[in-house]
Amino acid sequence: MYSASVDYHRATSLNDAIKTLEKNKGAKLLAGGHSLIPSMKLRVANPAVLVDIGHIKSLSGIKVTKKEVKIGALTTHAAVAASAEIKEACPILAEAAALIADPQVRNRGTIGGSLAQADPAADYPTLMIALDAIFAVTGPNGERHIEARKFFKDLLTTALKRDEVLTSITVPAYGNMPGMGGAYLKHRHPASSYAVVGVAAMIGLADGKVERAVVVVGGITSNPMHAVAVESALAGKEPTEANISAAVDTMDIEATLGDSYASSEYRAHLAKVMAKKAIMLATERAGG
Amino acid sequence: MAQTVSITVNGTAYEREVEPRVLLAHFLREAIGLTGTNVGCDTSQCGACTVLMDGAAVKSCTVLAVQADGSSVTTIEGLASDGKLHPVQEAFWEKHGAQCGFCTPGMIITVVDLLNNNPHPTDEEIRHGLEGNLCRCTGYQNIVEAVKHAARAMPAAEAMPEEMREHAHA
Amino acid sequence: MSAKAMGVAIKRREDPRLITGEAKYLDDVQLTGMVYAAILRSPYAHAKIKRINTTKAAAHPGVVAVFTGEDFKDLPALPCAWQAEAGRIKNNLNTPRVLEIDRVTHTGAGVAVVVADDRYNAEDALALIEVDYQPLPTVVDAEKATLPGAPQIHENAPNNICMDWAIGDKDGTEATLGSSEVVVKQRIINQRLIPNVMETRGCISQYLPASEEYTVWMTSQDPHIMRLLMTAFVFGIPETKMRVIAPQVGGGFGTKIFLYPEYCLMAALAKKTGRPVKWMETRRENYVATTHGRDHITDIEIGAKRDGTITALRVKTFANLGGILSTIAPGIPTTLYGRVLSGAYKIPHIYCNVIGTYTNTGMVDAYRGAGRPEATYVVERAVDLVARELKLDPVEVRRKNFIQPGDFPYAPADNILAGLKYDSGNYEKALNKALEMVNYKGFRKEQEQARKQGRYLGIGLSTYIEICGAAPSSWIGVGPTGQGWGAAMWESANIRVHLTGKVILTIGTQSHGQGHETTMAQIVAEELGIPMEDIIVQLGDTLGTPFGYGTYASRSAAVGGMAVYNSAQKIKEKAKRLAAHLLEASPDDMTFEGGKAFVKGSPDKGKTIQELAGAAALAYSLPAGMEPFLDDITYYDPPECTYPFGTHICVVEVDKDTGQVKLQRYLAVDDVGKRINPLIVDGQIHGGIVQGVAQALWEGAVYDENAQLLSGSMMDYAVPKASFLPNIELGSTETPSPTNPLGVKGVGETGTIASTPAVVNAVVDALSPLGIKHLDMPLTPEKVWRAMRSAQSAKM
Repeated sequence: MYSASVDYHRATSLNDAIKTLEKNKGAKLLAGGHSLIPSMKLRVANPAVLVDIGHIKSLSGIKVTKKEVKIGALTTHAAVAASAEIKEACPILAEAAALIADPQVRNRGTIGGSLAQADPAADYPTLMIALDAIFAVTGPNGERHIEARKFFKDLLTTALKRDEVLTSITVPAYGNMPGMGGAYLKHRHPASSYAVVGVAAMIGLADGKVERAVVVVGGITSNPMHAVAVESALAGKEPTEANISAAVDTMDIEATLGDSYASSEYRAHLAKVMAKKAIMLATERAGG
Repeated sequence: MAQTVSITVNGTAYEREVEPRVLLAHFLREAIGLTGTNVGCDTSQCGACTVLMDGAAVKSCTVLAVQADGSSVTTIEGLASDGKLHPVQEAFWEKHGAQCGFCTPGMIITVVDLLNNNPHPTDEEIRHGLEGNLCRCTGYQNIVEAVKHAARAMPAAEAMPEEMREHAHA
Repeated sequence: MSAKAMGVAIKRREDPRLITGEAKYLDDVQLTGMVYAAILRSPYAHAKIKRINTTKAAAHPGVVAVFTGEDFKDLPALPCAWQAEAGRIKNNLNTPRVLEIDRVTHTGAGVAVVVADDRYNAEDALALIEVDYQPLPTVVDAEKATLPGAPQIHENAPNNICMDWAIGDKDGTEATLGSSEVVVKQRIINQRLIPNVMETRGCISQYLPASEEYTVWMTSQDPHIMRLLMTAFVFGIPETKMRVIAPQVGGGFGTKIFLYPEYCLMAALAKKTGRPVKWMETRRENYVATTHGRDHITDIEIGAKRDGTITALRVKTFANLGGILSTIAPGIPTTLYGRVLSGAYKIPHIYCNVIGTYTNTGMVDAYRGAGRPEATYVVERAVDLVARELKLDPVEVRRKNFIQPGDFPYAPADNILAGLKYDSGNYEKALNKALEMVNYKGFRKEQEQARKQGRYLGIGLSTYIEICGAAPSSWIGVGPTGQGWGAAMWESANIRVHLTGKVILTIGTQSHGQGHETTMAQIVAEELGIPMEDIIVQLGDTLGTPFGYGTYASRSAAVGGMAVYNSAQKIKEKAKRLAAHLLEASPDDMTFEGGKAFVKGSPDKGKTIQELAGAAALAYSLPAGMEPFLDDITYYDPPECTYPFGTHICVVEVDKDTGQVKLQRYLAVDDVGKRINPLIVDGQIHGGIVQGVAQALWEGAVYDENAQLLSGSMMDYAVPKASFLPNIELGSTETPSPTNPLGVKGVGETGTIASTPAVVNAVVDALSPLGIKHLDMPLTPEKVWRAMRSAQSAKM
């Protein structure tokens, strides 16, 4: 409940934040604080300095073009969930954001913060991998871009260097593309509201057949994974219930996570059940 | 090392010294003396500590006072104006939405934000909107009734207390 | 001039301060010079304490002092106030010390305390205390703890048994079971629950050396009892040297009844440091330091005839009491459990054996329902199991065995209720109403259709009784029927009608969400004809209230309310005599109605209660022998307990792919006798139902094999959220209790008692096409899915 002592610096700009990170080995970024502050209260995380980037206005905001949606890292889950532009251009993102935690947490939690935390039970990482998102990251050596599938390294571990800041997330504006549909389904942990299993399905149809299928499963492994076998099995097929069921049955991700609420065996089972539902819903939304 | 923070609470500006690790909830309760906001857990689940900060409901146990420097906060004590209860407060009284009362301040604040964003919520929307607030006494039944009663009694624009309206996203 | 108050849904008097944040809970109380305590708790569930080094901690900035158990070794261990029928059986008692000295027997046991200028510094200092533990082997299962080879936790409790208690007719039940046409056996688990009261526990203590007086603020359901236990049994000082104040209390559900080590520790610290000391539990601390509920392992055997008539019930329960005893732990799984195993039925032979065991887990004691939910779960599951075995409708089996209206007052078989009798009831009336509300016949048709489509719809009933209004002196005393508490549980109420006609009512019950400031005032308003706004109710402070036993066991209306009622009658009598004197009439000719005393037949020639209160206080002219002031007190010893009843029905659908249980409908028809305030009564039922449903579907404390609490925070332990539940539908019947003129029974716990089996019965009903007969709680999706999978592969 009572964190250990810590120093605090409110960054005035992105550069200021990066410089402070560079100079202090024990410094941690503070955005919405809804991963970090709970850890500090448990004394599991004991940073020496908090670098608060929560007031840097340039790091939040939503920009939509015909092809892309660019979201500032400090954009709250509430803002993403409520954004009319995201609901039109990349609806699966708004759908997932609305399922994160609860209203108060969504008012403070940020998309950048969630992604940098890489919690296996979070919602956004699964989405980002499914959307082939690109993350813009700035450090002492300037800006670089990291693909979502290369960003998540291990349990609670990303490709971010200690002195780098995730600044924006770019996803395709698939909502503007005909024949594309997406769906995110989540089995909520009844206590924590985290995803016990989260499945993101994106379906692209052409001539009544699946041109592209993306199925990403989160919550059963350290980081979300493509259900590659399922994606292959669906490609080129008619998205009938029978074909979808058959494709889902080939799912072969080894579930490594489990707890007293849901064992790894049950999670693997849920992944299949939810994948089928998500694919069917995505198909319906794709106009199939 | 202690820092000076300036936070407007219920319309009054306060300047205080505070250690960075101090939670906004503790700051409000101890430094300012507004004990209406309660602390019910230590893992950010229960929502008893909910306050309005810059127009949105937040869990003050998961915000550091230093993060709120320069912000505007409304606590339960700031809802009534000119001795008149806020319609949500009236509704909780009318519909027996409080039993032991411990979750009530945070619950009422969440409902204020909920109705500001969604003036005529369905039962399902209400129940989902309260996912960040735990109550052990009422079983939520009369809280849901209170929300519906408040929604009927109040034009949408009046949900947010006046000093919050410029901040609130509708 | 008076309006009707009894039975009226009046808005609560308490609410204005709750909805504005003005209410002062324990942590809101600030005293000059106050310091803060933080307690170091054992991370081991069973260990010897070899050495504690507090030097570094004591040197930390802001620290006033650091103490260990050694510093308080002159204080005795806390009292156990309710042994399971100590007059009849042996109880091997072990109770906590304010801080443990040599060994700990559960995680969370306190071993040291830091006192500092603020809680953040106190927490820092805690981390600097060095403790050398020698870990010992652990056991968590209540049955396994009694087997040879299990780690022995307390020297005085061989095989970890605290008490071995039995009631009923052992041989008769055995013989009847042996000759019954059908006997169904089932092991059922009533899992451990963590109450999760929204306000955790806390305590502030202040000591004044010159007068040697303590003031203790405490999150308590029973301040007078706390004072008695602390002064007489721990500190060895006169009762008069301590004042206990329960400020606004944020819920209790039983956990705030008990005397905990921390309360005594704060008092001792206040004396040692010369400063007021505050301690407030964090939630994670609450999970290990505050009592848990339930945790029974039970083997049921129920016998019946083929036509559904129940012939006998035999129950053996291992009741987990935890690593050390809380204040009334032995009484809960015995008196309040075994004695109500007849349920709503005429069961001819009953035998119940309970073994209370120590394990290296948290303390277990009363939690909403306290023994009765466990009993109702046993009985209502047993009835469904029998119905299933006989292929009869569970509704019809219930009807067949119900105690009938003409049978009251009803004494359950084999004297299991130790001389008490169920007061009144009409079980079928409530059942029929509930069946109508749910459209039972219609549902069974719908279920048939759903089954054809491969869907799993289910309906479950719970036709419960419960026992409230603890407790008549005949039962709780130490006579032949004594339950071991050693004191009669009466209740008190003092009504004072002041000069201006305003009433101050002081009572010995202690509301912590139940609205006594409203309901008790309603009784006064109705009886004395005084407007509600002129009545104030004061409670919770030993200064200024008469001794009372507090609020729990749903006793406040039937016992406390009756004390208020009787005081009101006494006031009326005095008022009539004074009015007679002033009107120069005969006292026998007087009547009191509508707030006025007048000569029968002449209501215009009377005196209002306000006039009489003024006359009594000013005392210009009083009849001979009458003292001034309208003031009367009652200590009410109830003649009997009271027995609410009802029918709860739950409709569920089980997702065939995930095993997730969806609650479609939940309805309850409750008969709690007369309702003082229907709004408050409904609120109690709603809240109780949700807690009982939560046990069936979402809650359960989880320990690993090292007795570490895995479900250690609200991140892991699922307290229900609003989105988990449908709207609850309520109906009612009203069968007044003949045991008290108010006709009230009690309602605080009925929701929790009734609901758990209704839900489980519904899920088992839904899964019955798969041959599933029983499933243990909580019915998580995985558990249900596995059961369905096993059943399906068994069929293949």
